[in-house]
Amino acid sequence: MLRDIFSKKKKYATIPSEQAKQEVPEGLMTKCPNCKTIMYIKELRKNKMVCEGCGYHHRLSAYERIDLTLDEGSFQEFDVDMIAKDPLQFPDYLEKSAQDREKTKLNEAVVTGEGTIQGVPTVIGVMDARFRMGSMGSVVGEKITRAIEKAIEGDKSFIMFAASGGARMQEGVFSLLQMAKTSAALNQLNERGLLFISVLTHPTTGGVSASFASLGDINIAEPGALIGFAGRRIIEQTIRQKLPDDFQTAEFLLEHGQLDQVVSRHQLRETLGTILELHHPVKGGEV
Amino acid sequence: MADQLSFEKPIFELRNKISELKTFTAEKGIDLSGEIEKLESRLEQLEKDIYGNLNPWERVQIARHSKRPTTLDYIERLFTDFLEFHGDRLYGDDKAIVGGIGRFQGQAVTIIGHQRGKDTKENIKRNFGMPHPEGYRKALRLMKQAEKFKRPIICFIDTKGADPGIESEERGQSEAIARNLIEMAGLHVPIVCVVIGEGGSGGALALGVGDRIYMLENSTYSVISPEGAAALLWKDASLAKRAAETMKITAPDLLELGLIDGMIPEIRGGAHRDVDQQANEIRVYLEKSLKELGNISELDLVQKRYEKFKNIGEINHVSGPIAVK
Repeated sequence: MLRDIFSKKKKYATIPSEQAKQEVPEGLMTKCPNCKTIMYIKELRKNKMVCEGCGYHHRLSAYERIDLTLDEGSFQEFDVDMIAKDPLQFPDYLEKSAQDREKTKLNEAVVTGEGTIQGVPTVIGVMDARFRMGSMGSVVGEKITRAIEKAIEGDKSFIMFAASGGARMQEGVFSLLQMAKTSAALNQLNERGLLFISVLTHPTTGGVSASFASLGDINIAEPGALIGFAGRRIIEQTIRQKLPDDFQTAEFLLEHGQLDQVVSRHQLRETLGTILELHHPVKGGEV
Repeated sequence: MADQLSFEKPIFELRNKISELKTFTAEKGIDLSGEIEKLESRLEQLEKDIYGNLNPWERVQIARHSKRPTTLDYIERLFTDFLEFHGDRLYGDDKAIVGGIGRFQGQAVTIIGHQRGKDTKENIKRNFGMPHPEGYRKALRLMKQAEKFKRPIICFIDTKGADPGIESEERGQSEAIARNLIEMAGLHVPIVCVVIGEGGSGGALALGVGDRIYMLENSTYSVISPEGAAALLWKDASLAKRAAETMKITAPDLLELGLIDGMIPEIRGGAHRDVDQQANEIRVYLEKSLKELGNISELDLVQKRYEKFKNIGEINHVSGPIAVK
């Protein structure tokens, strides 16, 4: 009986879910999923969430990305209050969206707004893969479309950071058609001669890679990012063989002519700044 | 019968019985016309009951029917002087997409569509109607050509999806689809799209950014196949029937949701029962929409197309405190 008291403790040992393992816990230390080095989270953050040991780019939340990209204090968010509706009455969809809002403190899988990069005013959209895998449903499509329209109104460039598993299944054809909607908005941007830079981060797949994310005037990816149309498992099942490790990585795409550059997170802000400056010439000292 | 679907069994059984009785009448000279008449009216009722109340999964089966008419079947019946054009000028000629020029009621048009095979040999040649990037690039080349010569474009959609393979990834399947979406959005000529079979995800949408989107009554349009959805949702691909209902992929469902412009009625039992008649039904919709779109100026056409897609989406707003950073 005394033994029972002691053994009880074991019963409640917490086993982190797959999801929790991937994210950096709010502890002191973390382990790089790539090289397995154990490091201080504080140090990792200081290094823009890039592993000092192997250069692995850890995932960023949307706001971490905005902090790293825009000039300090310049960000003004658009359409903060939009949340998912449930047009198909899909089982558990609204509950799961609510859980993700709770977990991520985000209202949806994309944050849009405007700010400056090295002084150049820019409209920006950043996806967050923690929210429903960064999938694109009506809200994501609408926020991106509105952001593009804001860029057109303000004669500004548009930068989109993609991080998404693709179209959101729970909104069915509504999600599918967001691919057409965002692409059609980019056509309007093109007609005005405005710049669109697409930054593909880990992961960018399915309906997002097959729409706006591939349509940049300049397409840039972060090192090691998974980018592709079809899921790895589907391809392996179709061809009945194992795929090479580097298949669908940013480097693989660069090699096959699908990207302009692969840029490390340490150089990304500067690269974007330079591209913007080249497209928005300084006139009389004012940008 | 090889082309019989499981839910059609009672119809086929009754039909067999009637033909047996007819043979019997002819051979033995015994008059059974009263009996036959009774059975025929029962058959009529049975067909009405079964085909008039198809559930989503039954429609999926009709959409996938091996005898279902394909793009080339409709091209043959709806257009004159059709000339098929090949190749994307970049890599190759994808046989999963056919395209070319012809006349629709005298007017020169460009026609493009996914092309399945009807038997294994043809399906292998056509990759089961699943295009590679060069297929989409061929389609885009023909669309740009149509724009240059101010020809309306008619697209037939019929694919399980874009090819998922190593080569497709290497040659930029994502880019090929995305490029069609943005380019179609900006074309200065009318675009009419008809989903004739399966409209599988991005691979279907890449021919689907049109001014009018119609679906045949028993066709489907979906973001993921019912099998794929079931595997993801319930970890069980055999629950595809349930997924077909949940996902709202049939023409009646999508019409009700306001996502398509019209549903083209099908021959009872499915388009394969009478391809000529089915082509006639499609002709009505093409004629009407081309007439309407022909009256719109080039610039308005693009603007209206943009607004059409811009308005698609259902959103809510948070009430109460807003969750920010």
